Amino acid sequence: MKDKNLYNYILGIADNSLILGQRLGELCGHGPNLETDIALTNISLDLFGQTRSYYQYAAKIAGNDKTEDDVAFLRIEREYRNVLLVEQPNTHFGYVIARQFLFDTFHLLLMEKLQNSGDEHLAAIAKKGIKEVSYHHRFSGDWIKRLGDGTDESHEKIQEAIDGLWRYTDELFHVTEDDALVIEAGIGVNVSQLKEEYYKQVSEILTEATLTVPENKYFAKGGKEGVHTEQMGYILAELQYMQRTYPNMNW
Amino acid sequence: MSEKEVKNLEAIFETRIARDEKIEPKDWMPEKYRQTHIRQISQHAHSEVVGMLPEGNWITRAPSLRRKVALLAKVQDEGGHGLYLYSAAETLGISREEMYEQLHTGKAKYSSIFNYPAITWADIGAIGWLVDGAAIINQVALCNTSFGPYARAMVRICKEESFHQRQGYEILLTLCNGTPEQKAMAQDALNRWWWPSLMMFGPRDAESPHTEQSMKWKLKRKTNDELRQQFIDQTVPQAEILGITIPDPDLKWNDTLKKYDFGEIDWDEFWQVVKGHGPCNKERMNARVSAWENGAWVRDAAMAYAEKQEKKKVAKAS
Ligand SMILES: [Fe+2]
Ligand SMILES: [Fe+2]
Ligand SMILES: [Fe+2]
Repeated sequence: MKDKNLYNYILGIADNSLILGQRLGELCGHGPNLETDIALTNISLDLFGQTRSYYQYAAKIAGNDKTEDDVAFLRIEREYRNVLLVEQPNTHFGYVIARQFLFDTFHLLLMEKLQNSGDEHLAAIAKKGIKEVSYHHRFSGDWIKRLGDGTDESHEKIQEAIDGLWRYTDELFHVTEDDALVIEAGIGVNVSQLKEEYYKQVSEILTEATLTVPENKYFAKGGKEGVHTEQMGYILAELQYMQRTYPNMNW
Repeated sequence: MSEKEVKNLEAIFETRIARDEKIEPKDWMPEKYRQTHIRQISQHAHSEVVGMLPEGNWITRAPSLRRKVALLAKVQDEGGHGLYLYSAAETLGISREEMYEQLHTGKAKYSSIFNYPAITWADIGAIGWLVDGAAIINQVALCNTSFGPYARAMVRICKEESFHQRQGYEILLTLCNGTPEQKAMAQDALNRWWWPSLMMFGPRDAESPHTEQSMKWKLKRKTNDELRQQFIDQTVPQAEILGITIPDPDLKWNDTLKKYDFGEIDWDEFWQVVKGHGPCNKERMNARVSAWENGAWVRDAAMAYAEKQEKKKVAKAS
């Protein structure tokens, strides 16, 4: 492959959308009410839409008649580059919202920078995605406030979820070796520079929601290098089920 | 109100319906009309929402990204249909909580078809083609039904249902043009979904008690048997294009009557599923009830938060 670094860089962004979209897809039909169910499905749809644009581009870079589905379904676990945060389970609605909020805040900051990428393809995808992602961010931020400042029970549950997922936030700002080269080329976003703004924004909303900003300084990492949590295998088992069981067919 | 006055209102009401005028929520209506509509509309809403489950089941396993997105959007549409229909029923003076309560306690029914399992990818095609297809036949007539909010909801819904049907058919067409394995998957799905789809039109006319009254109120334009026949006549040629066989040895074209003759439906199975003993009745209800119960703290939180915000606003204003 002529542009292995760029290919990996794209996957590093797209895989987050794929895996988070997949997690949200599990919830369709099981939401706390119809309106929320539909809204979460909408977010999932947006994320898959973005995933497809990235993968179509990645497939073109990879050449050899690769398709978006080859990229999506036919890799081994170690080749998926999503962050650990997005693969965490839908333990309860608090986790769904906390995961979404912690990701959306990052995602929006990333898209704002990526729209100025030197790569016009990526810039265009980001520009289109920004509107969607700012809607996601508003949705999850509003729910953080509702749950944080709702009842005692909801306060406790959303705090538990924020505390539980906090250790996955730091990884969002890691720069891998591949990333560094793409950043140097004026294409990639140096995510390490988004960190300060991210924690500032997250803390503001958590505080407004009467929640405590966790002080935990022990963080998990590995997703970006393909070392995932035990969750990931199960996600891929479902995701890849058809493509693995019935290889080389059209659907 | 005296009996005479009521009789008078009833007469006016029936003339309005006969003139094809729409009845709106604020209009006077006989209590039986109200109750029948609450029952039918909420039952329809429940069907949309329970119907999300068998297909929703395949979202994480859809075989391609394109199919995954289309399926997500379809299941989301069904949720939207549920939403319009619950809103239409609410205009008749029942709350959404009451309707859920009726669903969860088994007092309200939903379409029995969703008590069958979706076990292969081809089932997603078969559901779109046959189940949405049968639903359209049942529902097209309702676009002109007498109760305004229901009629308007149906216009929107029918448009989306025909999109779903084409999408389902296209899934099967792809399978039937694919490998022998894929074609076998399509045939197997047709084998399992054909008869339950025919049952979607309800009991035979002789055993269908509501028909006459429903006809008068335009809740029905054709009888169960007429609609079932229409479905069969329209679907058989579509199966021929796919090149798969409808699992009914008695199915054949009747050139005198210009319609298909078909075999006997297993009415024991029909009643078994209606009475709650189909393959997935328990699973569907468990899924709905646990979604509702697990969501209680979330709904409570949203309410408490809204109240707090309201109080803050009032405090600020004063
Ligand atoms: Fe529907
Ligand atoms: Fe329907
Ligand atoms: Fe539909």
